[in-house]
Amino acid sequence: MSTVPTTSQPDRYSGTAISLHWVIAALIICAFALGWSMTDLAVSPLKLRMFNWHKWVGITVLLLAIARLVWRLTHRPPAALPVPVWQRIAAQVVHGALYVLLFLQPLSGWVYSNAAGYQVVYLGVLPLPNLVAKNKEVAEILMERHEFLGWCLFVLVSLHALAALKHHFVDGDATLKRMWFKS
Amino acid sequence: MITTKSFRLLFLTLVPVAIIAASGDIDSSKSTLTATFKQEGVSVENPFKKFSGHIAYDAANVAASTAMIEVETASFDMGGEDYNAEVRKKAWFDSAAFPKAIFKSTSIKADGVSKFTASGPLTIKGKSINTSVPVSVQSSAAGTAFDGTIVISRAAFGIGDPAWNDVLDDKVTVHFHFINVK
Repeated sequence: MSTVPTTSQPDRYSGTAISLHWVIAALIICAFALGWSMTDLAVSPLKLRMFNWHKWVGITVLLLAIARLVWRLTHRPPAALPVPVWQRIAAQVVHGALYVLLFLQPLSGWVYSNAAGYQVVYLGVLPLPNLVAKNKEVAEILMERHEFLGWCLFVLVSLHALAALKHHFVDGDATLKRMWFKS
Repeated sequence: MITTKSFRLLFLTLVPVAIIAASGDIDSSKSTLTATFKQEGVSVENPFKKFSGHIAYDAANVAASTAMIEVETASFDMGGEDYNAEVRKKAWFDSAAFPKAIFKSTSIKADGVSKFTASGPLTIKGKSINTSVPVSVQSSAAGTAFDGTIVISRAAFGIGDPAWNDVLDDKVTVHFHFINVK
């Protein structure tokens, strides 16, 4: 592995940060797959269930995003790898946008659900407060926003993953390894 | 010139209008009727858009009062045409065969001041079940308001595709707020 760092800054992410990263990544893929397939389904109990699963996964992402932000603000991430400035800036922009969407996308789904007249009941047992009143026109706008943000998230996650794969396989640097579990 | 024939025609068209606006009829533009169902812990309230009825309320002699409500089952609005169409299907309201749900009181008894219980058959999907409906009354300048809530079993009336029973509760809560035409 890499040489011993001269500062106290670690050379890889902490186990907690790595776990949160990959659990959230898996949940986002689940939420996206559900969201993408459930909307075109004909009315059925399965469709209704998928909508609920989608909401529960989204709320879980929101909770983990809070934990992740708190962890990030209280723990030092590893030092940036020596990459061209444009790459570092691009990575920071994408990371920042991803952080924003980790909060914004679940919240936009939550308010859309409320506007459509459906309270979110986490895991079918914990009722979450309604953030907006039922309103058909507002619901239609929020549905479009939520869908748009979903595609933004899709694009950003794709860029993020492709860049990580490029660093790992083409550049052969530690970008992916330091966010992967210790072997 | 108004001929006898046209006068009769005018009279015939006016009479039904007079009946529609009779005192005791529900003003459906000011009244609301909703059904709240529960799916996987989520309570969802939706309105019936079309209903009519007549409540002849006599505060001095409550037992002589009568109530009759007719609801167009096809007017249940879940906020999306696909769901509305589902609910009109044979397994649910079967609105084509049973366009109306009807409650008609056979007896009304006072429960103290401004409260009464209306009892009588509630008919949904051609099935009649004797139902007691507690009602509270409030009079104001706008008219007389009748408020109440009843809980209905979907299974008792044969409403619903069994495939939905895992995600949808049997009990449906109906809230009404009827205002009489002054």
